[in-house]
Amino acid sequence: MHEWALAESLLIAAIEAAEKEKMKKIKEITIGIGELQQIEQDVFEFAINEIIKSQPNLKGLKIKIKTLKSKLKCRNCDNTWLFSDMKKKLTEDEGEAIHFLPEVAFVHSRCPKCNSPDFEITEGRGVSIIQIKGEK
Amino acid sequence: MDVRLSVIDKRLEKINKIIAVASGKGGVGKSLIASSLALDLSKKGFRVGLLDLDLYGPSSHIILGVEDFSFPDEEKGILPHKVDELNFMSIVYFTEDKPAPLRGIDITNIIIELLSITQWGELDYLVIDMPPGIGDETLDVIKLVKKAEFLVVTTPSKVAMGAVGKLLLILKELKLQIIGVVENMKLDKSTFIQKSLKIMKLKYLGSINFDYNLEKSIGKPKSLLNSKFINDLNKIIKNQL
Repeated sequence: MHEWALAESLLIAAIEAAEKEKMKKIKEITIGIGELQQIEQDVFEFAINEIIKSQPNLKGLKIKIKTLKSKLKCRNCDNTWLFSDMKKKLTEDEGEAIHFLPEVAFVHSRCPKCNSPDFEITEGRGVSIIQIKGEK
Repeated sequence: MDVRLSVIDKRLEKINKIIAVASGKGGVGKSLIASSLALDLSKKGFRVGLLDLDLYGPSSHIILGVEDFSFPDEEKGILPHKVDELNFMSIVYFTEDKPAPLRGIDITNIIIELLSITQWGELDYLVIDMPPGIGDETLDVIKLVKKAEFLVVTTPSKVAMGAVGKLLLILKELKLQIIGVVENMKLDKSTFIQKSLKIMKLKYLGSINFDYNLEKSIGKPKSLLNSKFINDLNKIIKNQL
């Protein structure tokens, strides 16, 4: 996912979640990001900080990022492998395309054992909010 | 919690009208109608976007003659490519036009991702080229693009209408906005589609005659804009959008 879109989505989702929990101020958000997303942390943090500038109630917010290993499993032969291994065989453009749309992994890659395109991302696909800390 | 869902409404908020060109059946001319409609509205001076959501068989880029599959520019997300004045987004910019063997959940993820990262900005119209049927893509658009209005395409064939009718019933049941039905590739004066729609109490917008020369205009937007096909389409959509 694009870093700016991710930062924006994350903050909107966190504000919505905090409102549901009747939190007055969000202090810290812990997020899990799948390795497949290939988020550049510097760019992501820059985007977060830029957005926070226009949101006074988010001042001082801390973001903790947990990168989750992306695991893949072939539906045809049950072979399992890691995105970090798969990435070595991708061209720069293919890797960049997967950064924007992780599912194009099925377009640019195959099971390393049986060559099937029918595999699944079992872990580390997306982005999720693990925890929000704040004041009630 | 999928954080991406929270930003989709924001991405679409500056779009005045969203038209999903859909059909229950493949091969009826959805992509041609979607692309032509987008080109035509753009030529008339409206700010128009075209989003190809036919992820298995994207074809809007072929109709528009797009040969540059470079990544979209980035600006707080990704910006649609420009085809003349038309803003265009398709999976082909990420697949290098290679086959996309995708399961349903992957389709849904790609649609969510495209909707959440594409910065359309202010538009008068966003035209969505839908894939055939009432599967994942249609259900995703219904769920995620709440203000989508459906322009439904059929051919005069009873076989096509069999499947198109099912899409129309679902759209009606869900109380979604149906602009009406276009009868494409008309060869004779059959009134079968008109009668079928009357029974369903749905609007028949008109017909587009089979254009034997249309294939020559594929990939050539200027030629397409001067085709009999687009002339017929124009008569139909006048005062409807």
